[in-house]
Amino acid sequence: MTKANIREQEAYSAFLEDFRPKRATLRNIVVAFFVGGLICTVGQGVLTYIMTRGIPLKQAYVLTSSIMVFAGAFLTGLGVYDKIGSFAGMGAALPITGFANSVVSPAMEFKREGFVLGVGAKMFQVAGPVIVYASLSATVVSILKLYVF
Amino acid sequence: MKFHRRGKSTCVFEQMPVLVSAAAVVGPREGKGPLGAEFDMVYSTTLLGEASWEKAESKMLRQAVDLALAKANLDESDIDFLIAGDLLNQIISSAYMAREYDIPFLGIYGACATMSEGIGIGSLLVAGRFARYVIVASSSHHDAAERQFRYPTEFGHQRPPTGQWTATAAGAVVVGVKGKGPRVEAVTIGRVQDLGVSEPNDMGSAMAPGFADTVWRHLQDMARKPEDYDLVLSGDLGRIGSLIGRQLLRNKGIVIDEIHQDAGVMLYDPSPEVGAGGSGCGCVASVFSGKLWKELYNRQYRRILLVATGALHSPTACQQGESIPCVAHAVSIVSE
Repeated sequence: MTKANIREQEAYSAFLEDFRPKRATLRNIVVAFFVGGLICTVGQGVLTYIMTRGIPLKQAYVLTSSIMVFAGAFLTGLGVYDKIGSFAGMGAALPITGFANSVVSPAMEFKREGFVLGVGAKMFQVAGPVIVYASLSATVVSILKLYVF
Repeated sequence: MKFHRRGKSTCVFEQMPVLVSAAAVVGPREGKGPLGAEFDMVYSTTLLGEASWEKAESKMLRQAVDLALAKANLDESDIDFLIAGDLLNQIISSAYMAREYDIPFLGIYGACATMSEGIGIGSLLVAGRFARYVIVASSSHHDAAERQFRYPTEFGHQRPPTGQWTATAAGAVVVGVKGKGPRVEAVTIGRVQDLGVSEPNDMGSAMAPGFADTVWRHLQDMARKPEDYDLVLSGDLGRIGSLIGRQLLRNKGIVIDEIHQDAGVMLYDPSPEVGAGGSGCGCVASVFSGKLWKELYNRQYRRILLVATGALHSPTACQQGESIPCVAHAVSIVSE
């Protein structure tokens, strides 16, 4: 018997507690806050600039998102965004630039398997769950808003 | 009929197979590490001018084999078996490497334990007089492994401190019936151990029990103490797994702290990206073939125990909630 039973597994798990390295949680939070904040500040700068060119707020929102998505995709293509992500964690993943990275990186990675079975099939490998559950929760919230509130 | 076995798990060689030559090739990050000067070849890119990571890995493996053959002054026609393994699905790096040679091929999979599994099988073939020379090789490639086991290489994410960095490296060893070089004295084939660790980003914790079990069995079977060895080289428990492995052995009354080193810890300078250390079939393969073989050849050690440890999981199994089965094989090697 080399597959441990539940009791042995629990004992081993307890034994491992002493060896668990401390996660640098405080450092990660601070870095994520500032890098994420910096990305959002850039976004705000872009929005403000676009609006000074006389574009109304609603269109300016869409344009800003597109520019930030492009920036994220471009930096992924240059091989920079993965380094920002490994440095800043959630600070790089949460803004829309991170979403661009999660779509472009598999597209780049799987291009070698061709445009259909590679890029086409694998493009949403990372972002897929986000899209699925974002659509689902959007639908649920819309229904609630329509019929309940 | 006389059997050359001792205890439950160990094969002992009366006429010890010789590790005639060894060669190691590594990627740029490994070349910049503390062992950079030990390797036969350091590539400047991870793509090696190939069209994909997988092709690059296969090329690396081929170059390690060619170098090991050249160092042993042997031609492929002198070799009776080619034994190789790697991390990629269906061990393609090895298979595509093997199609370049006219040598009977045995593909093996032991995850990071592949190198000691291969040296073990090669030694058995040579000691059993089924082969004059066997070449054993194994490799891993960071980017190829990353896209198969984790995320696309350009995806930005943070690695946990327990995570390990798959090495871009390959090693090859020629095992022969005669010649000059370190000799394989005994092989202990490990049993699969599973203590219920299911986190693929914490392979040190998963593999440590396999390591401890195999070292313990080897010492029992050979009726030896840790002091009989100058070095126990594990690969690749990493920094955290090494501490766990040592403590598990200490709990059994075996203290190896003074003589234990881990290939995953040796290969890289500490950094948040590398996490707990290196991993992958190529890690211990390159550290042994690049550094340890030379040191054994120069008689810096009298006897070492090479214990490569492998996590035998797949992303599918982990996603289905399975824990990680692990194995470790030990090879006792003496200098001439």
